[in-house]
Amino acid sequence: MTTDPHIAGLSGTIVHDEIVPARAPWLHHIAAGQTLRIVDLEGNQAVDFLLYSAADDAERYSAQDTVSAQGNLFLREGTVLRSNEGRPMMTIAATTVDYHDTIGGACSCESNTLRYGHFTKSQHACVENFLEANLTEGRGKRDIVSNINFFMNVPVEADGTLGIVDGISAPGMTVDLRAEMDVVVVVSNCPQINNPCNGFNPTPVRMIVAA
Amino acid sequence: MSGSLTDPMAARDHARAMGGTVVDTMPVLPPVADDLPAGVSDDDLVWEETIAAGGYASRRLSRGARLRLIDVEGDACASLMIFNAETPAERLNVADTVKVQWNGYLGAGKLLLSDMGRVMMSIVHDDAGTHDAFCGTSNAATNQAKYGEGRNSGAYPNGRDRLILGAAKHGLQRRDVHPCINLFKGARIEADGAITPQAGPYDSGRSVVLRAEMDVIVVIANCPHVLDPREEYSVTPLRVSAWRGPLTHEDDPVRLASPEGLRAFLNVEDYYRR
Repeated sequence: MTTDPHIAGLSGTIVHDEIVPARAPWLHHIAAGQTLRIVDLEGNQAVDFLLYSAADDAERYSAQDTVSAQGNLFLREGTVLRSNEGRPMMTIAATTVDYHDTIGGACSCESNTLRYGHFTKSQHACVENFLEANLTEGRGKRDIVSNINFFMNVPVEADGTLGIVDGISAPGMTVDLRAEMDVVVVVSNCPQINNPCNGFNPTPVRMIVAA
Repeated sequence: MSGSLTDPMAARDHARAMGGTVVDTMPVLPPVADDLPAGVSDDDLVWEETIAAGGYASRRLSRGARLRLIDVEGDACASLMIFNAETPAERLNVADTVKVQWNGYLGAGKLLLSDMGRVMMSIVHDDAGTHDAFCGTSNAATNQAKYGEGRNSGAYPNGRDRLILGAAKHGLQRRDVHPCINLFKGARIEADGAITPQAGPYDSGRSVVLRAEMDVIVVIANCPHVLDPREEYSVTPLRVSAWRGPLTHEDDPVRLASPEGLRAFLNVEDYYRR
C-alpha cells in the first residue's frame, strides 16, 4: 500500500480532493470545523485566496484586520484569518512554510499595465479568476478585497521598500486552514509570469478538505 | 421642555432659535478659510469642515481639486477611502498602491491607486510623515474589546462603522468598505513583520494635501488608530478644506516620478479621453 505524502498528518475523513490546474480559479464551500489543506505541488506557486462568510458574504476576509489583530504582517502557523468585522474565519492550523503574504494583493490586467507595461494587458490575471468564480454566486467587483497569497514572499525593508521576491516554498509544502465558521473559499491559482511569485512558471496546486 | 412646546409653531420657534450656533466641529457654509495657500482664490474654496473626534465626513470632489487635511490639535487619525465618483465599483486599492510603488510608506509624491490601474489622488504635500497603509481601522469588535463599547450610537464609535455610514450616504453598502489608509497615525514594519504603531500625539497643525486625479468620493473617519496603545479613546478634531485646482500637467514632477506612476497617470488620462 502506497502512502500519499500530501495527506500525511491530516486527520479526519477526506471529503474533497482536487487538483486546481495552473492559472485556474477555484471556489469551494467549507463548513466550520473542516480543514482545507493546500499543497504547493511543484513549489513556489502563489495561491491567491479570498474568504467570505457563507451566511453573509458582505462579511469577508480582511487583510488589515488580520495583521492588526496579531501585530504582524506575516501569516504564520497560528494566525487567525479575520473578517472585516473582526471575527475569526479560519486559523492556520499548520504550515510547512515559514510565512505567507497578505499585503501584495492580486495581480490584475490593469495593475500589470503599471508594473510591467501595457503589453501585459491581455495576459490572464488573478482578478479575472476572482471575478469569474465570484460571479457564479452573485458577487462581483465590489466584493474583491485585499487577499492572501499563500506560498508568496513579500519582505518589507526598513525604509518601506517592498516587493514580490523569490519564494520560500518548495514542492510538497502545505498550509492547513481550519474553518472557524462556514466559509466560501475563492482561489486564483496565480497565472502571473512577470515576477518571481510563481517561479515564472505557473503550476497546479492540490486542495484537500478533511472533515 | 415639558409643556412649552405643545404646538408646532412653538416647536418651530424653539428650533429656529438654535440657528447660527457655532461650535468647533462643524461645516462652514459657504466655505471660508483665512489660510489658503498663495495663489488660491477664496472663490475656489469648495469645502471647509472640521470633523469631530470620533466623527466622519464624505464628499464628492472634482478632478483637479486639492484636499487639505489638518491635524488641528495633534491627535487626529484620518482613515480614508476613495471611490471613483461616476463608477464607485472602482476604488482605492491599498495593496496595489504599495506594490506598484515598491514601497509601503506613504508621503509626499506617493500616489493612491485604484483597482483599475489608475491614480485616484496624489499626495502633493506632507509635513506629518507618519501614515499607515497596513493596519486599516477599528471595528465594533476591536472597540468593544478595547473601550468596552464601539457603536455609532455610543461614545466610542469605530472607524469601520463610520466609513460604512460615510459610504452609505453615496448609496454604497457594507460590502463597499474595503481596506483604507490612515493619515497622521503611522505604522513601521520591523524585519520580522512586526508592526510598531506611531500613535503620537504630535505637534498641532500638521497637514497633508491630496490632489484629485479623477472625480472622486472621499470618505474620512476620524477615530483612534486601531493599534493606538493608549487605554483611553484618544482622538482630536480633523480639519478638512478643499479647493478647485488645475488638472495635473504633463510635466508635473509627481506624474513623472516613476515609470509605474506615469503609467497610472496615462491610464487615468486615457479614462477621461472621451
